[in-house]
This record gives sequence, structure tokens and C-alpha cells, in this order.
Amino acid sequence: MPGDGFALDWVTVAVTIVVGFAAMGAAFLANAVLAPRRPSVDKATPYESGIRPGPLGWSQFNARYYLFAILFLIFDVEAVFLFPWALVFLQTASYVFYAMLLFIGILFFGVLYAWRKGVLEWR
Amino acid sequence: MGDLLRENTLYGNIYDWAIGIVGEDLAWLAYTVAVMAIILLVVNAFLAMGTLYTWAERRIIGRFQSRVGPNRVGPFGLLQAIADAVKLLFKEDIVPRAADRIVFNLAPIAMLAPSVMALAVIPFGQTSYLANLNIGLLYLIATSGIASLAVMMAGYASSNRYAMFGAMRAVAMLISYEIPLVMVLLAVALLAGSMSLVDVMTSQAIPFLLVTPLGAIIFFLAISAELNRSPFDITEAESELIAGYLTEYSGMKFGVFYLAEFANVLLAGAIFSTLFLGGWPWWTPLSHVWFLVKVMAFAFIAIWVRSTIPRFRIDQIMVIAWKVLFPLSLVNVAAIAIEVVAWPERTLPQLVIMGIINWGITAVATVAVTRAWRASNGLRVSPSARAVRLEVG
Repeated sequence: MPGDGFALDWVTVAVTIVVGFAAMGAAFLANAVLAPRRPSVDKATPYESGIRPGPLGWSQFNARYYLFAILFLIFDVEAVFLFPWALVFLQTASYVFYAMLLFIGILFFGVLYAWRKGVLEWR
Repeated sequence: MGDLLRENTLYGNIYDWAIGIVGEDLAWLAYTVAVMAIILLVVNAFLAMGTLYTWAERRIIGRFQSRVGPNRVGPFGLLQAIADAVKLLFKEDIVPRAADRIVFNLAPIAMLAPSVMALAVIPFGQTSYLANLNIGLLYLIATSGIASLAVMMAGYASSNRYAMFGAMRAVAMLISYEIPLVMVLLAVALLAGSMSLVDVMTSQAIPFLLVTPLGAIIFFLAISAELNRSPFDITEAESELIAGYLTEYSGMKFGVFYLAEFANVLLAGAIFSTLFLGGWPWWTPLSHVWFLVKVMAFAFIAIWVRSTIPRFRIDQIMVIAWKVLFPLSLVNVAAIAIEVVAWPERTLPQLVIMGIINWGITAVATVAVTRAWRASNGLRVSPSARAVRLEVG
């Protein structure tokens, strides 16, 4: 059962996050107070090394990494299963250990398939 | 609650001091004072060290490149970092007209916040940590995942083509290298039998660097990529992408991005020394100093690598992540899982046996990867570059 220590630890984490944001807020506030402010049309154009910028930067682009993102998602979700397994498999029945190895094997087979299909090349 | 705080070197003294003033009845007040003061101190010390580290890195890189580096402001140029910070504070904050203002302003915060958050679980010395989470390793993974979001936010919100391209490459790289990183952390959790960083440290009868060298190498490579450091600094490849997702940032927002980049090196050093170098234990009276020495050693090696190895191309980076590091990290996890089943007590002699086996695996893996890499012509070098290399020796 989580007791005092558990609550204490998470309160501390929360405070750390608040303090971190406050430190950044202070820096931005100082910048806002101290910095000059002389807006101009030229300053607000996208920087493309001095060449006249083309139309909007949000024009069509090819999201080349989406297959990597899918693979990433698979293995990040796998990690959610793997970490609890890593902590308890010594106390549980022995088939738990082999079942997880099988699971990793199946997922690795998926990566091999993607590899053969040429998904892992950056084109 | 009081006992828990007294056990902790960081909070103990200030808690007792506050109790002495307000009395036992107001223990909650003493608790609040102690926690706020220490966290404020640690977070600011971390950010100040990150600022100072920029100076150290520039000086050392200067030495590597046979020049002096910043030496004008203050003794040895020590105040250069402060001068830079002041300069950035006085710079106008320009937001492009077409930018998505809210996301544009949030991106630097989302970049630096994870490093401060990760600070909460690092054990700095003997019984000195802000919080001892029982899921410390997962917490580290969760916080480090935010950085890729920040990069995407910055690139998208800038409404600049180069920023967008830089961000896309960066996100592809960050998420690819996160997989081997997570797998290595899993192997460490297997070895330690716990996800709490304090437990990981105390379970290291010998440093895990010696027990799982393959894991340490993968971790070092993956964390260099996560830090956007050369040779993985494809996100800000100046010659092709201006400054990547940083292109449109100015003033303190740029400063925060930069500070995050440098502070993260120190944080990575802290994580590396906790997981692989045994953290503080060795010479208990100076445990904090010893921990800092290890962090500095990591930072120095990171600078050394940065000044030695040229930048990889994006396709090489993806190949290294998915075809080299990822299978190796799976091998690492499988090997350690089997070893843990074979020697479940993990005492010193058992760790030594595991280490011997893992060094063998590491040697085989290194040779195999090097051969495969050469055969696939992954590091294709032009004849002139090879000539230069031969000349240098």
C-alpha cells in the first residue's frame, strides 16, 4: 500500500514541475520587460536566407516519417507491457517468461517484414 | 512524514531548522518550506550549471580545434555565459506574421520543461534525491518523450519551410532512437529488479557499465541522438536547413531552446552515471562531488565525440537506429533476461559472470555490425576524404 512516502514523492514532483515553469516564466517576463519592440513587416516574414520567401510555409509536404511513427508506436506500447513483466516474471510461473519472449519475437518479426519491404529506408 | 524528510540529506537539515522555528504543531508548514526551498535551489542550480556548461563546451571545443575559445569576459571567459544570457534578454522577440502564435510561444517551454521534470527523480548523492518514485525509469521515458513534441510544435508553428523540414527530420530521429533507449532502460530494470533510480543505484555491486557494456554503448548513442548532438545534429544542419526548427526563434525563446540543449547534456550525464556508472557510491563522504565528477566525465566525452565525428546523413541515422541499435537492444534485453533467470540473486560473483558473458556478446556484436556496415557501404567515404584521413593518421 502506498503510504506517506508515495504521496510525498508525487507532491515533490508536482512542485518541481511548477518551479520549472516558474523559472521559465521569469525568463520570458524579463525578456518582455527589457527587450525593445519595433515590429516591421520585413522582420515578420519567414527567414529563407534573404531570398524572397515563397507562399505559405504550410504548403503541401510529404510526411516521410509516418511509417517510422507507426513502428515507434508499436514498440512504445510494447514497453508498457514489458516494464511490469521485467519486474515480476521471477515471482510468477515460468511460462510468463517464455510468453513474453514469444511476444517480443512476433513484434521483431514485424520489424523484419518492414525491413524487407524497404520501409526503413529514408527516401 | 517528518521521519521520511529527515532521512533525506537534502531536506533533513532545513526541515529540522523550520521545525525549530514553527514548532511540531505546524509540521506541514516546515514541510512546505523545506520542499519549496530545496526544489528552488536544485532547479536553479541545474539551470545555472547548464548556462555555465555552454562556456565549458565552447572552451573545450576551442581546444579541440586549436583555438582559444571565449576568454574575454571575466577570468578565463567564465562570465561569457552570463553575458550571453543578458544579451538574449535584451533582444527583441520577433514572431513571424504567419506563425501560429500560441504554439510558437509554448514550444520553448515544452522543450525545457522535461529536463526540469526529469530532475525530480535523479539521486544526486547519498540519500539526496527530490523524490524516489517507484516508477522512476518510466517517468524518465515519459518526460523525455515530450521533447519530440516540442520540436514538432516549434517546426510547425514557425510557418517556415526550413523549420518544418528540420522538425520532420528531428521527430523522425527522436522517435527512432527512443526505441533502443527504452529497451536499454528495460534491460537495466531487469538487472536491478526495480524501476526506482535509487534502487537501481544501490543494486549496482559493480557498475552496470561493466555488467552490460552493450547496453551502455547503445544508451550513449541513443541519448546523443535524443540530445540532437553531433554526429546526430541533423536537425540544425546549418549548411542545408539554416537552423532547423530554431530558424524563426529569437530573444529569450531562442535562449530557452539553447539552454535546454546544453542542460540536457548534464541531465543525460546524470542519468548515465546513475544507470551505468554506479551513481554516487564509491567514497561516501563526498558522494555529491563524486556524482558530479561522473556527470562531468560524461559531458567531456560527449564534447569529445562532438568535435571528432562528422555529421551523419539522415538516411544513415535512420539505418543506425532501426537496423543496428534496435536489433542489438533486443539482443541485449533477451540476453539479460535469460541471465537474470539463470542467476536470480544478482550478487557480486553472479554479476561478474553476467558481465563476462555480456562482454563476449558485445565483442561479437561490434565485429558483426562493423563488417555489415562496411559491406553495405554505409559509410561511403569519398577518395579525397580518405586521403585526408590517411594523412592525419
